[in-house]
Amino acid sequence: MNPLRAGVRRPGRLAAEACALLIAVVVAFPLYWMVLSAFKPAGEIESSEPRPWTLAPSLDSFRRVFGQQEFGRYFLNSLVVAGCVVIASGLIAFLAATAVTRFRFRLRTTLLIMFLVAQMVPVEALTIPLFFLLRDAGQLNTLGSLILPHIAFSLPFAIWMLRGFVKAVPEALEEAAYIDGASRARFLWQILFPLVLPGLVATSVFSFISAWNDFLFAKSFIISDTSQSTLPMALLVFYKPDDPDWGGVMAASTVMTIPVLVFFVLVQRRLVSGLGGAVKD
Amino acid sequence: MSRVNDRGFVKTPAAATAPTVPSPRPPREATDDQGGRTARRAARGTGGWTPWLYLAPALVVLGGLLVYPICQLGLISLFQYTQAQVSGGEPATFEGFGNYARLFGDPQFWQVLLATVLFAAACVVSTLAVGCALAVLLTRVRAVPRLALMLAALGAWATPAVTGSTVWLFLFDPDFGPVNRMLGLGDHAWTYGRLSAFFLVLLEVVWCSFPFVMVTVYAGIRAVPTEVLEAASLDGASQWRIWRSVLAPILRPILVVVTIQSVIWDFKVFTQIYVMTNGGGIAGQNLVLNVYAYQQAFASSQYGLGSAIGVVTLLILLAVTLVYLRLLRRQGEEL
Repeated sequence: MNPLRAGVRRPGRLAAEACALLIAVVVAFPLYWMVLSAFKPAGEIESSEPRPWTLAPSLDSFRRVFGQQEFGRYFLNSLVVAGCVVIASGLIAFLAATAVTRFRFRLRTTLLIMFLVAQMVPVEALTIPLFFLLRDAGQLNTLGSLILPHIAFSLPFAIWMLRGFVKAVPEALEEAAYIDGASRARFLWQILFPLVLPGLVATSVFSFISAWNDFLFAKSFIISDTSQSTLPMALLVFYKPDDPDWGGVMAASTVMTIPVLVFFVLVQRRLVSGLGGAVKD
Repeated sequence: MSRVNDRGFVKTPAAATAPTVPSPRPPREATDDQGGRTARRAARGTGGWTPWLYLAPALVVLGGLLVYPICQLGLISLFQYTQAQVSGGEPATFEGFGNYARLFGDPQFWQVLLATVLFAAACVVSTLAVGCALAVLLTRVRAVPRLALMLAALGAWATPAVTGSTVWLFLFDPDFGPVNRMLGLGDHAWTYGRLSAFFLVLLEVVWCSFPFVMVTVYAGIRAVPTEVLEAASLDGASQWRIWRSVLAPILRPILVVVTIQSVIWDFKVFTQIYVMTNGGGIAGQNLVLNVYAYQQAFASSQYGLGSAIGVVTLLILLAVTLVYLRLLRRQGEEL
């Protein structure tokens, strides 16, 4: 049973539950308002008496969003960037996490500390040198300029979190595999990888989010070729500080938020246990 | 949590079917015999070059896209590096610490630095307070309210920074936002005043970052043995007392992690400030270090100066990280 509940009397619990529900409503309100505003007809969005419901939902804002210069393309670009980052950083982090949890070698602890320190590096501060690096490599204005840095920046955290999942696979299993004559590669890909895969999926949420949300790199590295733009930039097309098209902004925001939300809900259970693992061991 | 041997896992069915192995020995590479590749050795040996093979892709990527840019950042910060040098019109001239001298002599830099520190501190404290309070609340309610709060928090967590920023701006919009109507504030513009703009950004930052703290601390509380808490409440301890004297010490490692993570995230907030205050607020009143560096480099083409600001940010976060490592080590954590 729940430990803290023992000492709580009934009225106390009801108050706590009312409180929890109220907070849930407050926390969910911005998202509700976003979706609601996306479906409101133009007259209701820009009204001085905003109402928390709409009687005439319309798809006008969405039509405007998808009609705007290649919004679908930006969506696809974002998906490509996030997908490449998730797959590449997942595989690389899996290998590295295996190395640091399954082997004892010199510099192992040093490397772990370095991964930890690397997590703290403010990505934003590296925009300037990355800009020159990518320019010299001829990667500016390509999706590669977004994919490559994000792989690098999501790696340290992914390695750190995957450690717990790799560690959880019993060593006896590894020993048994070798006794049965499996090679290292076979053990790695056919036994360890499937076992760690759920953890890998949970970890990938973070790489996905950092790549999907990225605003700074998209703003700095995609400077002249708008066909390579990603969603955050497209969203800001509607957001002109002086005269924002709120309906468009909210519809675009909704479109941009939904994939992340779906991903999150799918992996949330693993995410919680994974965070516990990464934090605790 | 303390120095648990790696071998201390519980026997699982898979482990039970495995052939018995000699009693655990300390994993010291020095004792590894050079003899045949036994199963034991393969499982927990030095592995020769294998770990480095596995590490190679990670090291290459991190070396090329993290370590090298850091060195470049330091280097650029020592040069006079503006549009003329970028286009190759003029050679970059070495300035030594000229950029730093200019930076430290600029009162705006100190103002931005102070604002960054205070803003990050306010964000961290609010996020932790809200996150921990809600984590405790979660343990006191039944499944349905808990699920509702969890889902709402998950939604806030998953919301991209850009969309979160625009949505909060809309909520607080002076003309069409519901918040001003509800609070009866008329057409008070939140982004005009320096403090109120920072406050608005703080609300958004707390909204999207408390779920991480809440979920992590909640998972931590659930792992605390029931008897401990029952004993405390039998002895008549109040909820606050239980939190302060029983839970907080047990949860200390987790609290350290979420605190440090929050410090690091909140110190380098970029998107929220950039979007919500339109690039740093009126006359740069809402600038924080990251946005300041970006503006210097990409808006004013002062790449050398921007890099110097980047180096300062990097050093501050490095100091935070070192404190973190020290704390971890004091807890005897095994890496």
